[in-house]
Amino acid sequence: MNIVVCVKYVPDAQSERGFDASDNTTDRENVDGLLSELDEYAVEEALKLVEAGEGEVTVLTIGPEQAADAVKKALQMGADKGVHVSDAAISGSDAPATSLVLAEAIRKIGGADLVLTGMASTDGSMSVVPAMLAERLGLPQVTFASELTVDGDTVTIRRDGDAASETITASLPALVSVTDQINEPRYPSFKGIMAAKKKPVERWSLADLGIDSSQVGLGAAWTKVEDVTKRPPRQQGTIVPDEGDGGARLAEFLASQKFI
Amino acid sequence: MPTEIGQDLIELTREIAAKELRPKVDEAERSAAPEAAATRAGGADDAFPRDVFRTLGEAGLMSLPYSEEYGGGEQPYETYLQVLEEIATAWMSVAVGVSVHALTCYPVAVFGTEEQRSRLLPEMLSGELLGAYCLSEPLAGSDVGSMTTRATRDGDTYRIKGRKAWISHAGHADFYTTFARTSDDGGRGLSCFIVPADAPGLSFGAPERKMGLHCDTVREVIFEDVPVAADRRIGDEGQGMAIALSALDAGRLGIAATATGLAQAALDVAASYAKERHQFGRPIADNQGLAFLLADMEAAVTSARATYLHAARLRDADRMFSKEAAVAKLVATDTAMRVTTDAVQVLGGAGYTQDWPVERYMREAKVTQIFEGTNQIQRLVISRHLLG
Ligand SMILES: Cc1cc2nc3c(=O)[nH]c(=O)nc-3n(C[C@H](O)[C@H](O)[C@H](O)COP(=O)(O)OP(=O)(O)OC[C@H]3O[C@@H](n4cnc5c(N)ncnc54)[C@H](O)[C@@H]3O)c2cc1C
Ligand SMILES: Cc1cc2nc3c(=O)[nH]c(=O)nc-3n(C[C@H](O)[C@H](O)[C@H](O)COP(=O)(O)OP(=O)(O)OC[C@H]3O[C@@H](n4cnc5c(N)ncnc54)[C@H](O)[C@@H]3O)c2cc1C
Repeated sequence: MNIVVCVKYVPDAQSERGFDASDNTTDRENVDGLLSELDEYAVEEALKLVEAGEGEVTVLTIGPEQAADAVKKALQMGADKGVHVSDAAISGSDAPATSLVLAEAIRKIGGADLVLTGMASTDGSMSVVPAMLAERLGLPQVTFASELTVDGDTVTIRRDGDAASETITASLPALVSVTDQINEPRYPSFKGIMAAKKKPVERWSLADLGIDSSQVGLGAAWTKVEDVTKRPPRQQGTIVPDEGDGGARLAEFLASQKFI
Repeated sequence: MPTEIGQDLIELTREIAAKELRPKVDEAERSAAPEAAATRAGGADDAFPRDVFRTLGEAGLMSLPYSEEYGGGEQPYETYLQVLEEIATAWMSVAVGVSVHALTCYPVAVFGTEEQRSRLLPEMLSGELLGAYCLSEPLAGSDVGSMTTRATRDGDTYRIKGRKAWISHAGHADFYTTFARTSDDGGRGLSCFIVPADAPGLSFGAPERKMGLHCDTVREVIFEDVPVAADRRIGDEGQGMAIALSALDAGRLGIAATATGLAQAALDVAASYAKERHQFGRPIADNQGLAFLLADMEAAVTSARATYLHAARLRDADRMFSKEAAVAKLVATDTAMRVTTDAVQVLGGAGYTQDWPVERYMREAKVTQIFEGTNQIQRLVISRHLLG
């Protein structure tokens, strides 16, 4: 079974994150970045499937120069090869454009029996790229999987909701987005680091994918971010000394915050 | 500057430190402390972080400086030591443990025969095993040559009898790299053996009730006529002292790197606290008297790092590095003591409580001036090199 895992390079949540003042897009140049932690689950799941059977895991990312680090991390974990789509014209792309580029890249890879994605990126976190990508590739989309098994040509997943847990099946090829409940991603290892150095990574531009630059980037976005404001720093909490009326005052506070 | 592989290894170490070490260290060190351990049936044993060593082993971080042929990482000391420093910023007991483990493999890797290396090393370097280093004795600490533990040959087997003191990982280790007397010829009468943990006659004293570094369980190891196959003797009979000293040259660099990491951790806490804590209507860091204290701490940590890296580069280039290793151990561990003490000072009363980690750092720093050759012994080594 050949699997393509879509992984995103995102700003490190540990360090100061910001926006590019000129166009209100996420600043990806001046920050430390890493493989989105939620995408590690997709990589791990792909590795487990291939280790239990056969086939290859290809990791695919769209992103700036440094996004090569996200591919490298996935290769160090054990993926077989990488594809890095990078083109200045992609900068500022919205979700539809991102899914377009991913779809064309997957076609150029030669398709896949299974496309895996994270449940959301840790920066944009719209959770819509998987659905759009499935649509573009004409694949069944099975999202938010907390458990995944493949049997012959059928993939079965469990999706946990607030009220119920659903079991969903789809025929392969299919696209599945996975949650952080599905597994425990492995760490790279010294051996993985050494092996990754020898694994092939393709670098593709828009031209390589036959995409016209007018279809992507800030100019092609369906939406425009007008303004961004940093969340104000957290205020000190309110301390309610209990003078016999603690319960009532607590309820009052919760009501004032519209929690009850 | 580290190689690309080195940089990747340091990043991997940071990730594991952030996700596996930092979340556990406070609770683990607290529950391994003698007062807490005394209240549990399993005592200090319950708190020994064996699982953490396994995680590091799986990632390949327990065997970095040894040959790839036998399962090691074949990394330069420069890289290996920076990984150790990184671990120490998160959890000193674990960093010391990784350094001790490397020490236990050294005699086989450097003095073993080809046959011994291929038989013993792959397991020792697999990341699954943990070693202990049995050199010190109750009556022979700095004066290694006066040890009395004896190995008596009986055909294809030696029988080891005696008592080793202060042994890190005792009771948890899978093998014991042990030095014992094979003749009465003082320092020239010692030999080195690899004793498996399940050897009959091997037993352990109660865990020492230490000031700190609680997750580094230290006990006596008692040998009651422990049989060891002759093919587990490393080097010639009588070569033990030379092996032990050569191993310690490398081990000292490990301790220098861990001490530097510990000092860095203390400095990081102190610097961020100084910017947050207000007195007299401004951050305490705005007082030059305190800012200069922090500047001195930074200068000391940077110097410590430079001395161990200098010695490591000499070693990586196959040059003599014994004096430089002793200098690095002396400078880095004295730095750790001073910087952790000053960090407590920067935090004031808070620094003296267990609500902040710096009081623990200070207790942990003290032992680095004592083990793997006290700092007086380092001066002895340095002055002998200097004065011939
Ligand atoms: C403040 C702000 C507001 C935004 N508002 C909008 C908006 O209203 N409409 C809009 O269309 N866009 C918007 N965007 C842009 C959007 O976040 C990006 O276009 C992004 O490419 C799309 O998705 P996501 O990161 O939210 O991905 P998600 O849909 O959350 O990602 C899910 C999965 O898709 C895969 N994936 C996503 N991106 C990549 C990639 N680059 N390479 C490989 N795999 C990937 C990963 O597997 C990931 O786990 C906004 C961005 C910001 C910063
Ligand atoms: C936490 C911990 C872990 C340890 N782990 C191990 C281990 O895994 N394996 C192992 O073999 N050992 C281990 N040790 C033992 C350690 O290496 C010894 O404690 C150390 O070598 C000092 O020996 P000693 O304690 O007998 O002190 P002593 O040798 O009795 O020294 C006492 C004092 O006299 C000074 N002194 C001694 N000789 C001289 C001299 N010639 N000139 C000037 N001053 C001198 C010393 O510097 C010291 O200040 C460990 C110790 C501790 C505390």
